[in-house]
Amino acid sequence: MTAPLTPTLLYLDNVSVSFDGFRALNALSLAIDHAEMRAIIGPNGAGKTTMMDVITGKTRPNEGTALFEGTHDLTALDEAAIAELGIGRKFQTPTVFEMHSVEDNILLALKENRSPFATLLSRRSARERERIDALLERVRLTAHRHRKAGELSHGQKQWLEIGMLLAQQPKLLLIDEPAAGMTDQETAETADLLRDIAKTQAVVVVEHDMTFVRDLDVKVTCLHEGSVLAEGTLDAVSANERVVEVYLGR
Amino acid sequence: MTTQSALDRQSIIVLALLGAAAILVPVLNMAVAPGSPLHLSDHLVPLIGKYVCFALLALSVDLIWGFCGILSLGHGAFFALGGYAMGMYLMRQIGPRGVYADPVLPDFMVFLNWKELPWFWHGIDWLPFAALMVLVVPGVLALVFGWFAFRSRVTGVYLSIITQAMTFALMLAFFRNDMGFGGNNGLTDFKDIVGFPIQSASTRIVLFVLSVAALAGGYLLCRWVVNSKFGKVLVAIRDAESRTRFLGYRVEHYKLAVFTLSAMLAGVAGALYVPQVGIINPSEFAPANSIELVIWVAVGGRGTLAGPILGAFLVNAGKTWFTGVLPEFWLFALGGLFVFVTLLMPRGILGAATDLWAGGARRIKSRPVPETVSQAAE
Amino acid sequence: MTRLRSILQAFVLLIGTISAAMAGPYEEALPKLAADSYADTEAAIAAVAGSGHAQAMNLVEALRDGRLMAAAGRVYIRDAAGPFVDAATGRAVEPPAGAKPVRVNNRVRRAVEAALGSMTLLSPQVETRLDAARAVFRSRDAAALATLEQAIAQESDAGVKMALESARAAILLTKQDASPAEKIAAVETLRARGDQDALGLLSSLPNGTPAEVSEAASKAAGGIRSRLALWSGVQNIWYGISLGSVLLLAAIGLSITFGTMGVINMAHGEMVMIGAYTTFLVQEAIRTYAPGLFGASLFIALPLAFLVAGSIGILIERTVIRFLYGRPLETLLATWGLSLILQQAVRTIFGPTNREVGTPAWMSGALEIGGLSLTYNRIAIVVFAFAVFAALLLVLRYTSLGLYVRAVTQNRRMAGSMGIRTNRIDALAFGLGSGVAGIAGVALSQIDNVSPNLGQGYIIDSFMVVVFGGVGNLWGTLVGAMTLGVANKLLEPYAGAVLGKIVLLIAIILFIQRRPRGLFALKGRAVEA
Repeated sequence: MTAPLTPTLLYLDNVSVSFDGFRALNALSLAIDHAEMRAIIGPNGAGKTTMMDVITGKTRPNEGTALFEGTHDLTALDEAAIAELGIGRKFQTPTVFEMHSVEDNILLALKENRSPFATLLSRRSARERERIDALLERVRLTAHRHRKAGELSHGQKQWLEIGMLLAQQPKLLLIDEPAAGMTDQETAETADLLRDIAKTQAVVVVEHDMTFVRDLDVKVTCLHEGSVLAEGTLDAVSANERVVEVYLGR
Repeated sequence: MTTQSALDRQSIIVLALLGAAAILVPVLNMAVAPGSPLHLSDHLVPLIGKYVCFALLALSVDLIWGFCGILSLGHGAFFALGGYAMGMYLMRQIGPRGVYADPVLPDFMVFLNWKELPWFWHGIDWLPFAALMVLVVPGVLALVFGWFAFRSRVTGVYLSIITQAMTFALMLAFFRNDMGFGGNNGLTDFKDIVGFPIQSASTRIVLFVLSVAALAGGYLLCRWVVNSKFGKVLVAIRDAESRTRFLGYRVEHYKLAVFTLSAMLAGVAGALYVPQVGIINPSEFAPANSIELVIWVAVGGRGTLAGPILGAFLVNAGKTWFTGVLPEFWLFALGGLFVFVTLLMPRGILGAATDLWAGGARRIKSRPVPETVSQAAE
Repeated sequence: MTRLRSILQAFVLLIGTISAAMAGPYEEALPKLAADSYADTEAAIAAVAGSGHAQAMNLVEALRDGRLMAAAGRVYIRDAAGPFVDAATGRAVEPPAGAKPVRVNNRVRRAVEAALGSMTLLSPQVETRLDAARAVFRSRDAAALATLEQAIAQESDAGVKMALESARAAILLTKQDASPAEKIAAVETLRARGDQDALGLLSSLPNGTPAEVSEAASKAAGGIRSRLALWSGVQNIWYGISLGSVLLLAAIGLSITFGTMGVINMAHGEMVMIGAYTTFLVQEAIRTYAPGLFGASLFIALPLAFLVAGSIGILIERTVIRFLYGRPLETLLATWGLSLILQQAVRTIFGPTNREVGTPAWMSGALEIGGLSLTYNRIAIVVFAFAVFAALLLVLRYTSLGLYVRAVTQNRRMAGSMGIRTNRIDALAFGLGSGVAGIAGVALSQIDNVSPNLGQGYIIDSFMVVVFGGVGNLWGTLVGAMTLGVANKLLEPYAGAVLGKIVLLIAIILFIQRRPRGLFALKGRAVEA
C-alpha cells in the first residue's frame, strides 16, 4: 500500500475487547480511507457490533489503537465528542425519536452548536429550513414531514435514520444492517442511496444480505471471532475457504 | 415552528384560570361580606395558596420527568431547602419578639445555649439575599448531585433510588439540633414579612397573588424551555438516550441543566409555601412526600404542562376533603390512585382527555399539534 | 411419752446451758447490740460477722431489715411473718414486752453491708459467693480482708476465686497500711482482670500511694485501656454483623425481585411487616389455645409468614405488576401505592399502636465471651439470616425454579425464546421474594416494634444494600448488607448514629457514581442492551 497524502480516515490496530473473559474483538485491525465504502460481513458474534461500539465510544477497548484522521484517539473520547468529530452511526434496529415529527428528527440531527445554552436560544434559520427540506427530499420523506416518526413504516424509519445521519454531515457513516426488514425494491433504492453518499463520505456498512452487498459492489471485509478473516472484493472473499466454512456455508 | 411564539389553546386556558384565581380569591375574601355564601373564609386563602405552591412544585417535577424521563423521588428536598431559606429569613424578622427576647438569636439557638449566630445565618435577614438563597441552595445541590449522577450515567430506577437516599439523608441531617436549623421543630412562630404581619388577611392575600404569579411565571418559563430546541433534545433524551448521544449531544449537560432549573423552581415553590403555612420542619424532607408529589404529576398528565397543575390541585383538594371527612380512608384513596393511574391512565387526566378529544379534531387542524399536548408515556 | 418428752426437754436445756457456757464472740457481741449505741452496734456487727456462728447471717440480715429487736439486754430476731426468735438460742419465744428495733444509722448500715459481703463469701452457693466477692470489690471494706483470705484459701471455683482475688486486690490498693509489694501484686491481679471496673480502680488510686505503685498502676491501666478498646471494636463489629444480618434479611427478597424482573418493589417493606404481624397472630393463637407451645411459636410462624407474604406477593404480581412490564418507574409508583394500602389496611385491622410479640425463653439472655456480650436473640438472627441466605442459594442453584430464575435474570428474551414461561417465573420469583420478606418479618418482630410502619424503616436501607451489592447477585447482597452493617456500627462511636447514617448514605450515593451497577455487577452484552 502506498502512503496516502492525508492519513487514513479510520485506523484500527490490534483492538481487543473482552466481556467477562469472552473476547468479542481479538486483535482486530482495519483501515478505512476517505470517501471509501466498505462492507463488513461475518457470522453472528463475529464482533461487528462491538467494533462499531468501539469506534463510536460506547465501549472502551482493553487494548489497541483507534485513530480518526490520524490524530484523534477514539478510545479516549465519549460518544458525543466522537459524533462531533464526524462519525455518524445508524443502529441495527432503526432508532428515531418516535414522539417527534419527522422534520424535528432531522432538525435535531443538523450539524449545529449542540450545547444546552445554544439550543435553548436557537431559532430556526432559513438556511436550516432549506437543509431540512433538501434532506427530506433526499430520503423521500417530504410528504411525511409533519407526521410523528413513531407512525412511520419500518423502511421509512430506516431512511429517516439515514437522513438524520446525513444531517450530521459526518465524514464517516457506520451503518448497521440498513436493508433489514425492507422490501426488495426498498433494498435496491437503499443501495443506490448509499453509493451516492459514498461519493463524498466514507461509509461502513454491516450487512448479512449478500444480494445487497453485491449491489453495493465495494471492498468486503469478513470478520470472524473478533478479527479479520478475509478482505477484498466480494468474489475473492466468497472464494476464500475459511469464509465459506465459517460463514457462507457450502 | 411558527407557532412557538403564539400562545396555544392550553396555555391560554391555564393563564386565564390563574388570572381569574388571582382576582377572584382576593375579591371573594375581602370585598364580599362574611355572611354571603360567596364569601371565601380567611383560612381558605392560605389553603388555596398552598395548593398553588404545590402546583409549582409539581410543574418542576414534570419538567424533568415528563419531558426528560428523570424520575426524581427527592424533589421534596429542593422544595424544603427553598422553604428553609425563606424560613430563616422569617426567623430573623422575629427579632427580640421571641420567647427569650434575644435581639439576634432565634429562640431555638438560645435554648441550645448558643452564643452567636452560625455563619450560614448571616445575611439571610436581608430579603434580596434570602431570595437569592432560595434559588442558589437548591440549585447548587442539584448541580452537584446531578453532576455526579448524570456524568456516570446513573439512570432509571437507580437514579430514583439515590434521589430518595439524598432526601432521606437530608431529613436525618435536619433533624439534628446541631445542624442549626431548629432540629425537630424546624422554624416557626414567624411574626412578619418585610414589615407586614404574616397572619394578617391582607398579607395572606398578597402572598397568594405572588404565588399565583410565580406559578404563571413558572408555567411560561417551562413552556418556553420545552418548546425550544433544547426542549426537543430533552424529549429525544427521554425517548432514546443513546441515540441522542450518538447524534453528538452531551446528554449529561442537558440533564444537569434541566435538573438544576427544576430544583430552583421547586425552591421557589417552597419559599412561597412557608410563609403561608407558617412552619417548615424536617418532615418536608420525608421520602414519602417526594413520592406523593410524583403522583400529582401522574394524575394530571405528565409531559403536559397543564397536567401537573391540575393534578396538584385535584389530589390536594381530595386530601383536604378526605382528611376532614374520612381520615382513615385517605391512604387507601392515595394508594389506590397510584395503582389506578399507573395501570389504567398512564398519561393522566389530560393525556386521556386529549386522546378522546384529539381523535377527531387533529385531522381538521392543518398544523401539527403542539409538542406539549402530544407526549405519550415513556 | 411424757417421759420421753421431759427427757428431751432436759437435753435441750442442757445443750442451751452448754452453749451459753461456751460463749464465743457471737454471744459476747449480743449485749452490745442491745445497748442501743451506734458505736457498740458497729463493733458488734464486726464481731458477729467474724464469728462464723450459724445465726450470724440471720442476725445481720435482720438488723439490715429492721427486724432485730432488743429488750432487756437480750436480742431477738423477728421473723418476717411475725414470730420472735431469741438471737442467742435460736428458739422461738413469745414477743417480749417493750421490744424495740435496734436502730441503725448510715455508718451502721455500711458496716452491715460489709459484714454481709464478707459472710456470704463463705456461702456454700457459688452464685452467692460470686455476688459477695463483687460486693466486696465495690465496697473495698478492709474489714472483709480476713474472711476474704479464708475464702480464697478454700475456694475451688476458678471464676469465684478470681473475683475474690480482685476483691482482695481492690482492698489492698486502697488500704493505707498495705505494703508497696502487696499493692504491686494487687495491681498485677487487677491488670489480669482487665475490665472497666479494674480500670476505674487503677486510674483513681487514693492519695499517698507509693510512687512505684502508681507507676505500675498507670502502666496496667494503659494496658487495660487498649485491651478494652480492642474488645469494644470487636463488640462493634459484632453489632455490625448483627445489623448486617437484619439488612440481609430485609434486602434478600428484594434482590430476587429486582434482579429477575428489574422491578422496584416499594411494597417490599410491607411484606416484612406482614410477616411480623403473622408472628403476632400465631403467638396470640398459641397463648389462647396451646400455651405450652410458646417456645416453638417462631418456628410455627415461619412457614405461615412465608405463605401469607408469598401469596400476597403473587397476588400483587398477577393483578398489578404484570401489566407494567418494561415500565420500571411506573412499577415503582404502583407498588408504592400498594404499600400505602397495605399499611393502612393493617392499621385499620390491628390499630396504629405497637403490638407485643413475645420472645421465647430460649432466645433471652446473653452469652459472655471475654469482653463480649452476645445476646441470644441477636445470635439467633445472625444464624437465621445466614441460614435463609444459604437456603436461597441452594434453591437458586439446584431447583428448576432457581435455574429458570437465573436464566430470566441474565437474559429475559433468550429465556423466553427457550420456552421458559417468563411471566410465570416472574410471578413465582415475586412470590419467593415476598415470602422471604415475610420470613424476615418473623425475625425482625423479635428486635423491632411491630407496627404498621415497620416496613418503612427498612425500605431505603434495603435498596441501598441491593444497589450497593449489585443487582441479581445474592453474594453481592450478602457482602453489601455486611459491609453496610459493619460500616454503620464502626462509624457510630465516632460520628453518632444519625451522622454515621448520613455519612454512609452519601458514601453509597458516591459509590453508585463510580460503579452504577454495584459491587458485583453482571457484565456483558445482554446487560448492556
